[in-house]
Amino acid sequence: MDIHLSAVSHSYGNTEILRDISLDIPSGQIVCIVGPSGCGKSTLLRLIGGLERPTSGEILQSSAPPPNCLNPLTYVFQDFALLPWRSVAGNISLVLEDHGIKGAEARKIIDDVLARTKLSDFANALPKQLSGGMKQRVAIARALAVNPAVMLMDEPLSALDSQTRELLIDDLVSLWSRQPFTAVYVTHNLAEAVRLGHSIVVLSRRPGRIREIVTLDKPLTERAYGDTDLDQQQRHLWNLMRDEARAADAELINV
Amino acid sequence: MSELSPQKSVRKVEFRGGGFAPRSYRWVGSIVFIVLIALAEIGTQTGFITSLTLPKPSDVFQTFRELFESGLLFKHMVPSLTRLAVGATIGAIVGIGVGVLIGLFSLVRAGLVPLVAAIFPIPKIALLPLFVIWFGIDEGSKYALIAFGTFTPTVVATYGAVDNVDRTLIRMGQSFGLSWLSIVRKIVLPGAMPGILSGLRISLAIAIILLVAAEMLGAQYGIGAYILEAGALYDLERLFAGVVILSLLGVVVNSVITAVERHLLGWRV
Repeated sequence: MDIHLSAVSHSYGNTEILRDISLDIPSGQIVCIVGPSGCGKSTLLRLIGGLERPTSGEILQSSAPPPNCLNPLTYVFQDFALLPWRSVAGNISLVLEDHGIKGAEARKIIDDVLARTKLSDFANALPKQLSGGMKQRVAIARALAVNPAVMLMDEPLSALDSQTRELLIDDLVSLWSRQPFTAVYVTHNLAEAVRLGHSIVVLSRRPGRIREIVTLDKPLTERAYGDTDLDQQQRHLWNLMRDEARAADAELINV
Repeated sequence: MSELSPQKSVRKVEFRGGGFAPRSYRWVGSIVFIVLIALAEIGTQTGFITSLTLPKPSDVFQTFRELFESGLLFKHMVPSLTRLAVGATIGAIVGIGVGVLIGLFSLVRAGLVPLVAAIFPIPKIALLPLFVIWFGIDEGSKYALIAFGTFTPTVVATYGAVDNVDRTLIRMGQSFGLSWLSIVRKIVLPGAMPGILSGLRISLAIAIILLVAAEMLGAQYGIGAYILEAGALYDLERLFAGVVILSLLGVVVNSVITAVERHLLGWRV
């Protein structure tokens, strides 16, 4: 399933957040969105997922989602958003129950996604017992359980320490290479963007406009921590963003 | 370390952390009770405390035993516990229901929050004559009084608890396409449970106070009637026996809620 944004603009009251965003999200690719803080990255993601309505412009999905897809546009949140009173398996079954999937059928899906995220031994653990990295893997497993057409990831690794982040990047790459998924990946971390993005959309500071779209041709599996060509790309991105980031940092927040 | 010259004074970094962390001392609570009762016993035995000031704890215990053996204890306890159970259950259920509705619907909130604020400070016992007319002189008015008294604090605690449910969890539910009912049932209610239970702790204590008040104003049997009668006769032993029953009732209610919390809220960090 592809997603097309045509001339999307959004404002909250008098504050213009996004201006004239036109973007294609092709099937089977990870599109990273980077930009200085407050540039409307997360807002853009909420618009794509239908949690908010754009002030103007259209967001279109082309072609039907895959037949066994329960929730075409599925989020992975920065703060995991796990129900603390449900076990790992219970958190995943939560999103299946409403589709009438229960019992053995649910068990099968849960076992499958837990195996894919290497969590099989923790099905009965409560979120409070898990480390941050494991919590986010549970959230990813939950997203995989509904077989999404597009994963909308809102800074999924930002709440984690840098070592865990590195491990989870590897996990995401291996998940993707086994079964390519479409994802919009919002981050402020350029290193994540160059490791995971097939293309990287650089937004300007508020009101967010597309400054540049960088396409990376190197396959995800061949990218590694500290690759020189990736470093170069990252430096290029940073050069694009530095002045904007400085200006954004000096802005007063009037919300 | 080799650079440390002997003339420089070397001292240990002083520890200044610690404290401010609750620790559990299991028996201290009981010891405080025992020491206080023992002091009262010694004081009354030696005559340091006159029998008009405080009855002997041993006499109170004796009275309590007689009450138990004569079967009068149950004659007083059964109606009291029934009133408490019926009244508090009605009040808590309606309170939680209305509280959840206030938390979920802005229109209900706009309409009912001022009303709840208006009836919260009314001493409910002042309304007993009204309840007698509305619900009859018998049990009905007592149930109504206890229910009404439990209702208001439960409502306030419940809508506060619903307001405090993590919005990101609700947004998560919406993003996975959960139905409205599922979000309420599986996310809002469990998320509000800690606040609801701590509200019930207060509401049930208020229910016990109102139970006694209602029984004092008109009941043949019941702990309140028993205490009132003892007070009128200045029978301090019986008065204290009644007070002890109430305290025990409070302790039991509290530990029931603690047990329910431990069972339902084991997920809390």
